[in-house]
Amino acid sequence: MSKQKNKLAGLQKRKAISGYCFISPFILGFLLFMIKPLFESCYMSFCNVDLSAGKVTKTFSGITNYIFAFRVDPEYNRLLWEELSRMMVYSLAIIVFSFFVALVLNQKFKGRALVRAIFFLPVILSSGVIVGLESNNQLMANLAQSIEQTTEGVSITGALESILRTTGVGVRAFEQVFEVIDNIYDVALASGIQIIIFLSGLQTISSSMYEAADIEGCTKWESLWKITFPMISSLFLVNWIYTVVDFCMRSDNGVIEKIQKVMIEQQQYGNASAMSWIYFILVLAFVGITSFFISKRVYYYD
Amino acid sequence: MTNVKTNSAYAKQSFWERNKQSGGYLLRKVIGERAVSIIRFILLFGMCFMIIQPILNKISVSFMTEQDLYNPVVISIPEHFTTANYRLAAELISFKEALFNSTLISLTIAALQIAMCTLVGYGFARFEFPLKKFWFACVILVILIPPQTIASSLHLHFRFFDVLGLSQLITGQTINLRGSKLPYYLMSAGCMGLKNGLYIYMIRQYFRNIPGDLEEAAYVDGCGTFKTFIRIMLPQAKPILTSCFLFAFVWQWTDGFYSRMFLGNTKLISTGLSRIVDSLGAYIQRINGVKTTISIAYSNCILATGTLMIIVPLIVLYLFAQRAFVESISSTGIKM
Repeated sequence: MSKQKNKLAGLQKRKAISGYCFISPFILGFLLFMIKPLFESCYMSFCNVDLSAGKVTKTFSGITNYIFAFRVDPEYNRLLWEELSRMMVYSLAIIVFSFFVALVLNQKFKGRALVRAIFFLPVILSSGVIVGLESNNQLMANLAQSIEQTTEGVSITGALESILRTTGVGVRAFEQVFEVIDNIYDVALASGIQIIIFLSGLQTISSSMYEAADIEGCTKWESLWKITFPMISSLFLVNWIYTVVDFCMRSDNGVIEKIQKVMIEQQQYGNASAMSWIYFILVLAFVGITSFFISKRVYYYD
Repeated sequence: MTNVKTNSAYAKQSFWERNKQSGGYLLRKVIGERAVSIIRFILLFGMCFMIIQPILNKISVSFMTEQDLYNPVVISIPEHFTTANYRLAAELISFKEALFNSTLISLTIAALQIAMCTLVGYGFARFEFPLKKFWFACVILVILIPPQTIASSLHLHFRFFDVLGLSQLITGQTINLRGSKLPYYLMSAGCMGLKNGLYIYMIRQYFRNIPGDLEEAAYVDGCGTFKTFIRIMLPQAKPILTSCFLFAFVWQWTDGFYSRMFLGNTKLISTGLSRIVDSLGAYIQRINGVKTTISIAYSNCILATGTLMIIVPLIVLYLFAQRAFVESISSTGIKM
């Protein structure tokens, strides 16, 4: 016992103290601005919050807020499921897209710097308020429609779409894919950071591996799955979590808009907290379950 | 020696001779490479165009008069060139004031956040202390928790702000911090601002990759921990700090959520932009004296102009600091 104490006494203790000094801003901020509001909002979601005459009165009302969110509010249920299913499809699409783009951008070709600069432009352009404005820009939608009308009948994707539809196999799955392809712009906008992360991973793979595989008679396709994929599989986990979290925090998200409306315009703090807790728990569960399955398949080289 | 000889002899041969020697392999390889590069060019060109096109579109729309918007012949080059849209948009979001405010707030907030996140990130990367895993799990939690979850109670927290009940004891009242900028600075100082968990994570990764010898040498020479951090480690971490600072600046610049919550009274570019269509309606009503509905096309034209005005500073910044944005993140080698 005393030996253990002694061990911590010297340099280690000093290091521990300075370590705590360094992270103290975080601890303070975490306790003050995260833990307290978190518990408070959890408590508030079970309360009837009344804000009048400059005073907050919270009366405990059980799970009425949750019942309100699910049973009474006309929009919330629909928005919630819509957003969750959209999140699944789009996160998957973003991961696949950014992996593909990172593979292409990692190759050597002329004008690579320019192309990279353009692909990372969305990191700036798809942040904050701009996203929300972009999505309901009707003028652009009209323009796109008029372009579509003038080129009707000559689009390859349209023809493909109708062929696949008439086969009748897995129509619903195809519908999802078509939706993603139609909104490829959104996908491209949302995958700036993910491309950077994948690229950084791709650059750490030593080229000697590929050379060895090439000499052994491995095709490019095989080495993609046997070398590249396992080597950056841990980044899939990082990217997956980042994508899902980023998606559920975007300001054009229906649930978030709904919560803000309930909170700021209708001043129903209790209901708003209940709604955001339902959303948060669902997203967290989704992230937890999926990243558990992904992390099982992740391969660590060292 | 013989190797060099055959090499030079080989180089003298024509392509087809070499192809014949390799049994058709060379031709196949060259054709394959050409095909790959052509397909790659088409794909990349298409995708780059897809990303750039909305910006170009906005630029062309922003110079059009209302008349041009309805003219089906005019698609991208305006017939009546005008800069009136810019003047109107600038007036609607009170551009000069908002620009000044946004620049000031984004710079100070970003600097504060990055300073704090660097301290914390360094602490996590270099020191061993009890409960380290637990606190790091908290950082991950901060990344994961959407700020909207705690928004409502933060709202009230700052409406009736109090440090340990001190102010209630002295004045009998809580302080109303809503509408002032202080809460947001406090939150940034506590690493709880916009995406701060992510910055901590990235900075920690970077510091972990710097070899520890330098630091130990400094310790041996009698340098204290804080001095070592300032003198030895900070200069080395310049790339990641610049890129994190740029990210913090850009995200703060365009952020709507925190700005609306804490800085509602300050005129900012981002909140001004999100309200621009409403203020256009109010403006036209004030001029005409009667309530008029604005056409969607025209309000979108103004919206496009406003959006351009807020992203142009960012694009200029991006053009100059592109390397800092991109390369330094690659150098962190993010791994779980």
